[in-house]
Amino acid sequence: MRVAVAGYSNTKFSLDETPIENLLVSATKQLFHNTKNLEQKDIDAVLVSTNNVKRYLAPVLSELAGIAPKISHSVENMCNSGTNAIVSGFSYIASGMADVVLITGAEQAENPGQILDWDSSRGEFQHPIFWGTIFTKSHKRKFGTTDEELAYVSALNHKNAQDNPYAYNPKQYTIQEISESKRITEDLRLLDCSRSCTGSSAILLASENVAKKYTDSPVWIEGIGQKTTSAGFTKNDLTSIESTIQAANQAYSMARIRPNNIDVVEIHDAFSVCELMILEDLGIVPKGKAAKLVPELYNTNNKKINPRGGLMGAGHPLGATGVAQIAEITSQLQGLSQKRQVENAKIGLVQNMSAAATSSTVLVLKN
Amino acid sequence: MNFESELKQGRFVVGKCTKCHNTNWPPSEYCSKCFGELSYSPVKEPGIVIEWSSKDGQTFGIVEFEGIRVMGAIQGTPKQGQKAKITNCTFDGSPKFTFSVF
Ligand SMILES: [Zn+2]
Repeated sequence: MRVAVAGYSNTKFSLDETPIENLLVSATKQLFHNTKNLEQKDIDAVLVSTNNVKRYLAPVLSELAGIAPKISHSVENMCNSGTNAIVSGFSYIASGMADVVLITGAEQAENPGQILDWDSSRGEFQHPIFWGTIFTKSHKRKFGTTDEELAYVSALNHKNAQDNPYAYNPKQYTIQEISESKRITEDLRLLDCSRSCTGSSAILLASENVAKKYTDSPVWIEGIGQKTTSAGFTKNDLTSIESTIQAANQAYSMARIRPNNIDVVEIHDAFSVCELMILEDLGIVPKGKAAKLVPELYNTNNKKINPRGGLMGAGHPLGATGVAQIAEITSQLQGLSQKRQVENAKIGLVQNMSAAATSSTVLVLKN
Repeated sequence: MNFESELKQGRFVVGKCTKCHNTNWPPSEYCSKCFGELSYSPVKEPGIVIEWSSKDGQTFGIVEFEGIRVMGAIQGTPKQGQKAKITNCTFDGSPKFTFSVF
């Protein structure tokens, strides 16, 4: 059974203290508004992607949205909860248990998913900036990556976010402004870091039997890869992301594509260095060469990588991020991304990861 | 033997499997390879410096002991592959390590 993305919605990302229920309902309401012929009774499963500690949020959302689904539960896996929820929804449809699945991701800026307090290997250095800075130092050491090359990653994402009406901080920064932004650690500036924010996004998945009822241009999930290597940062190789390498290989094999077939990409730029590592580990550029690609994209206004501005430009509402990434690739493959549109995009990829890069999800979508 | 209570006493102990002899990390009740019982003993020093950075003048980084990598504060100016010993360790909500390089 093929599975399509048959609808999506976004809400404006912000630093507001909006209650989680309101965030979930806003994105869901918008999805109903955006999707033709969709009725509450059509929905077989409601999945909520969040790190929020409130319980049974999927039944809560179902009730508030007038849905009485067969299946209703939350999916949590830190920063890649969103794509994990999509893989779960895909599986319900592919197995025949559901035809239509609603996935709503939402997060508040202050949430427990930001800190990996379980990971003893990090000692007292629990904040994400500590793994971000170690990855950065190692990439510099092994590949000679410079601060200026890293600044281009932030510049590119912030520039792309200019054309994303849902970005929390659509402000453009020069290379100099990024290089002179507040020093967080020896290897990280403030503008090298993505920021946890408030936001929500929703996706409607549908089986091929019913997808055309909701959209004239369904986008198909053709490849899925997932890998969890551990739950501790220090077990990582420090210059590559093994979970992403393995997830990408699975997804490419399932979709029968190679990295050079991909037209548009959404990746998990938690820190500048992550974007370089991910571009390399997805095979989009050879290892150690991403730092040369990014300035070229920036200088030629090429929007192939993170057209909505990535986590750095759009903001990072943890449970909503993976869902928003899928929404962006769907809109790109439908040719509906307006100023962000990558011309003639046919194959798109989403890479979403969590827990200091120990878990990754890679999805390949086609129109 | 409890990892946290030993660490509070200034001893960094790790669990070795009594069945398959695997050195286990993170701390757990059973071996992650074979679910055998663990026997906890202090790690062998010195460790090796793997990577580091700094924040507000404080150097911190990853040091490896018997294949186990942990992050802690580093005294002195580290070099890659340099030897390191534990000068202080305790547990206060999370493990806290201080290493010195030589
Ligand atoms: Zn064992």
